[in-house]
Amino acid sequence: MKELITSLANRYGVRDWKDLKAGQAACFVDSGRLRDCLRWLRDEAGYAHLSFATAIDQLERGVFTLTYALRNHERGHSLLVHSEIDRTRPVVDSIHRLWAQAWTYQREMKEWYGIDFPGSPRVDEEFVLEGWQGPPMMRRDFDSLAYSDATYAERPGRASSDPAEHMKRELYPEEQA
Amino acid sequence: MSRAKAPYIAPAERAAPDLDSGKYLVMWQGPNHPGITGNMSLRLVIEGDSVVDCETHVGYLHRGFEKLMERRLWMQNFPLVCRIAVPEPDFNEYCYAAALEELAGIEVPDKAVWLRTLSLEMIRLASFLMWIGGQAGAFGHGTIAQWSVTMRDYVLDLFEELTGGRIYHMYIIPGGVRGDVPAGFLRRVLETMDTVRKNLDDIELVMFHNVVYKMRAQGLGYIPPDWVDQYGITGPNARAAGLPRDLRKDLGYLAYPRLSFEPIVGTVSDAFERSRLRLLEMYQSIDLIRQIVDMLPARGAFRAKLPNPLHWKIPAGETYVAAECTRGEYGFYVVSDGGDKPRRVAVRGPSYTHGVALMERLARGVNIADVAGLMVSLHTYPPEIER
Repeated sequence: MKELITSLANRYGVRDWKDLKAGQAACFVDSGRLRDCLRWLRDEAGYAHLSFATAIDQLERGVFTLTYALRNHERGHSLLVHSEIDRTRPVVDSIHRLWAQAWTYQREMKEWYGIDFPGSPRVDEEFVLEGWQGPPMMRRDFDSLAYSDATYAERPGRASSDPAEHMKRELYPEEQA
Repeated sequence: MSRAKAPYIAPAERAAPDLDSGKYLVMWQGPNHPGITGNMSLRLVIEGDSVVDCETHVGYLHRGFEKLMERRLWMQNFPLVCRIAVPEPDFNEYCYAAALEELAGIEVPDKAVWLRTLSLEMIRLASFLMWIGGQAGAFGHGTIAQWSVTMRDYVLDLFEELTGGRIYHMYIIPGGVRGDVPAGFLRRVLETMDTVRKNLDDIELVMFHNVVYKMRAQGLGYIPPDWVDQYGITGPNARAAGLPRDLRKDLGYLAYPRLSFEPIVGTVSDAFERSRLRLLEMYQSIDLIRQIVDMLPARGAFRAKLPNPLHWKIPAGETYVAAECTRGEYGFYVVSDGGDKPRRVAVRGPSYTHGVALMERLARGVNIADVAGLMVSLHTYPPEIER
């Protein structure tokens, strides 16, 4: 494993290697070298299986953390490769030519976080949010409750009341008078 | 020549049919077509009776689970996670619970480890039984669906006795499981396994020796072994292509390292081989359940002590916990920033790759009558695509 860490650091400036548990580690790479790093991991280091790709909104720091989970089946080891991109200019290289299913994850990240992957097939098509008009819904500053209150009307007949007050009214109406 | 000997391999590039030419027909299959395993749609472009292009459309079941989880306490997410994969909810419970335990440093008692393993194997069997009904039904064998759904109900009876719920169990919780086995439960498990096994023998005879089933399933949806990593294919779909990948062996979680079993592999990953392999995995599950019943500790704690769930803060960190469900690699990626709610929970369901990118590729060139059978042969559950 030491050899892999050194190779990644020398070739792609991979940093902050952390063993999360037996058989799983995480590391960071600059977004400009992300695609090359993933290609090398796939072709030269045996991390051929892409389990998933997703993003984490670090609103407080103004970045998105991208996470690519790779697995080396021969070695029995999983690697979470992270990369951070500016939240105000969320663009990153597409990896759809590295894995044939990667475009689906990228399409999801475009819809859910507004992260763009230029050249990725059908990246601008709706994925699960058909007809969605709001901002990317997985961003931390998107308040789903406020959106729901502003977009949808209350259904009649669904008024709620304070249980204590309601029981008082029901059981002791004379006290109300 | 039989198509089993020369399976069709769909081209990598999508065709761009001229829809105004009058040669093609656009047909939507789903979201309520009986051949679609759940609420998703396939937009098919048809030429004659062959599929030229296929697009998977999801979103009919999107309930924003991952967004909701970021707004709720760690423990409040428990009734939520099981709903991500309806026919096989226990994997969500296990992956989420195990992720929390790893991040919070909680040790799970040995008896709970065994009970979790029992629960996961039982739900694997129930899920396979539901699937085989759909697979047979897609090729016109409705009787098998009636048998297998009855057998699934017997397994659900066991879940009802163990957990109080038939579909959603919420049995595996952080620190262990919600309760011990009731008196006489293990005997009833063994009796049910005998019943299911006898029924599987009948299914094997009626379905896998049927010439119609053979001719329609063989060569359909062939997955070459080099697609497995390209498309992120896991589970029986990958094992049928000859790759002995099974996370129960590879990760050795729960009590699996103490059980005796080997991954079942096939030779040619077409719809027939995948269904045959899943049938063998049902027998394997029955065998594993019997082993678990034999080795289950009679005494011991089934749950570790937890902090007050209303004030439970989990130390900052991240982890990815995966398990082998019936469809392949099921995983939860959980990130904590040290607070009382998750920073991020991402769910990795095997249907995500099988039902979208892989299905779109495999459907090209397939006869429209076989699309439903192909879809079911990949064993997809749309809720885990949409989360």
